[in-house]
Amino acid sequence: MIAIGLEGSANKIAVGVISHPHPSKPPIVLANLRHTYNSPPGEGFQPKETALHHRAWVVRLIKQAVKQAGVKIEDIDCVCYTKGPGMFAPLQSTALAARTIALLWKKPLVGVNHCVGHIEMGRAITGANNPVVLYVSGGNTQVIAYSANRYRIFGETLDIAIGNCIDRFARVLMIPNDPFPGYNVEQLAKHGKHLVDIPYTVKGMDASFTGILAAAELLAKGIDEKLPPEKRLKTESGELVTKEDLCFSLQETVFAILVEITERAMAHVGATQVLVVGGVGSNVRLQQMMGLMARDRGGSVFATDERFCIDNGIMIAHAGLLEWGTGVTTPLEDSGCTQRFRTDEVYVGWRDD
Amino acid sequence: MVSPAAATIEPIAPLRPPTPPPSNPSRPLHTLPPPFTSSNLQLLAQGAEALVYKTTFLTPNTPCVVKYRPPKPYRHPTLDRRLTKARILAEARVLVRAGREGVSVPRVLGADWEAGWLVLGWVEGGSVRAVLDGWTERVKNRRKAYEASTGHAEEKEMLDLMSRIGSCIGHLHSIGIAHGDLTTSNIMLKSPSADLNSTTNGQAAVPSSTSSGSAIPSLAGQITLIDFGLASHMVPHSADEEGAVDLYVLERAFSATHPAAEPLFAEVLKAYGQSWKGAKGVLKRLEDVRLRGRKRSMLG
Repeated sequence: MIAIGLEGSANKIAVGVISHPHPSKPPIVLANLRHTYNSPPGEGFQPKETALHHRAWVVRLIKQAVKQAGVKIEDIDCVCYTKGPGMFAPLQSTALAARTIALLWKKPLVGVNHCVGHIEMGRAITGANNPVVLYVSGGNTQVIAYSANRYRIFGETLDIAIGNCIDRFARVLMIPNDPFPGYNVEQLAKHGKHLVDIPYTVKGMDASFTGILAAAELLAKGIDEKLPPEKRLKTESGELVTKEDLCFSLQETVFAILVEITERAMAHVGATQVLVVGGVGSNVRLQQMMGLMARDRGGSVFATDERFCIDNGIMIAHAGLLEWGTGVTTPLEDSGCTQRFRTDEVYVGWRDD
Repeated sequence: MVSPAAATIEPIAPLRPPTPPPSNPSRPLHTLPPPFTSSNLQLLAQGAEALVYKTTFLTPNTPCVVKYRPPKPYRHPTLDRRLTKARILAEARVLVRAGREGVSVPRVLGADWEAGWLVLGWVEGGSVRAVLDGWTERVKNRRKAYEASTGHAEEKEMLDLMSRIGSCIGHLHSIGIAHGDLTTSNIMLKSPSADLNSTTNGQAAVPSSTSSGSAIPSLAGQITLIDFGLASHMVPHSADEEGAVDLYVLERAFSATHPAAEPLFAEVLKAYGQSWKGAKGVLKRLEDVRLRGRKRSMLG
């Protein structure tokens, strides 16, 4: 079974071709391409520009992916695309491209939940069979556990997503968006030494990050080099607080929140494995902290690097092909997209544990 | 705006064989700081946050509960100290305040936020969870045996118990405290005899009635709330919401026990509704919370 997957829910347009040779064998990646739209420093990506970017690149990516995969069009079983959740205009451009090739090639369509794509890809690549999943990206923050054919949400953000929080924090400090703000924050954090107080909000199994943004504005003002030294923000030992210290403090605080809510879910369901997926999941410090927590509980953490953590076409093709294997397709008239698509709305027919 | 020629397509490397990290079977055990010895410790529960032990405090015949929050190795030490201190103090403050206002809760015997422990008075008795489990079991058996005669007396006692639970929650809310994790396991039925050598607040326990047969445990005793780890002082503008979430969590705990236990919850709500002046607003809000489910739709 072979599927082509189109992902475009945020600022990346990605196309992947995957083959499932046999249920007992691991899937084979035939092609995995993407192109990222980067906005200038101090700005986020806007729906309109992002959609234009996706439209400009999608045809080229599809052609190149099919060529690289070395498959004939007639060998492809289905066309998978991200149905949601995500930004509407980019989703729409991607869905349009998917519909077009499905009609052109006379293939069935499969609309895929983006979060389920991340989870299934993470499971396939790490071999974690039934982990608690922490899904952390620019648009999502969820702690998920599988139960009775659904990926159920145990905890989540009450306001903004963790990636969004990091991105906006970076924007306030004028940290560049290329390759992505979180990566640059991570690099700067490696040189930070002092922990600055940043709001820490956990409510049961849920988290909140908006208070951090309000604090970021104040902190950014406090480290402005134009201020006279006596007015600048200082540590307890009297040293000037740097941009690096702020990045370090941000990471230590928000990741501690994520690890804490994940640990609660693990204690609740009695799991020892944890899988981290989504763009923020590629952060090495988060993986390390999660590993320390899991070790304390006698378990282990599974994480992938940015090739599969960050949005890609393969995860959509993979999850779509699993769903197609259970006989599910998306009729043309229902092949729209949706900004809100809960992880637990998807019936996970391909798992029977 | 978009200049396709300027950038190149990023190829993503192919799938590598999975490399799951090795799991560590030698799990480190926590040792409690002094004055606690490991000899007479009995682990009651291990949550995500704290280890809960039964031991003695100061004298060998003062049973107590130690709630120990071990340092989290993943957390920055400064942040870890800050959170541990804040949480131990918050829990202790809520307990002291609730106790002073006449809600039956464990007494705070001592705390050391640097070392991470909180010592609470031992509550002798069983949880409402155990009572419900036993009751649903007997209901099932009675149905099998087509025997309804013994049921009535117990039914009446159960309803009375539910009513006391509702009033107790109402009392807690009326003094501005939300429990935060109100499950049936966190509601205890304190054995009346256990009150003899303690000087807790609140009314004297009702003497146990043994008229309904020896197989049925007594439902007398004071309703005591435990585990205030997630409790908070309610913020005025969201008090209805916080109260409603408490009730909603409890309702789910009831329905998870057994479908037969669901009608009992109506009695809890009835008593709650009459217990304090803000109850009406909370119950109204509960309807919204139910409709919303546990979560609102995600926006990011």
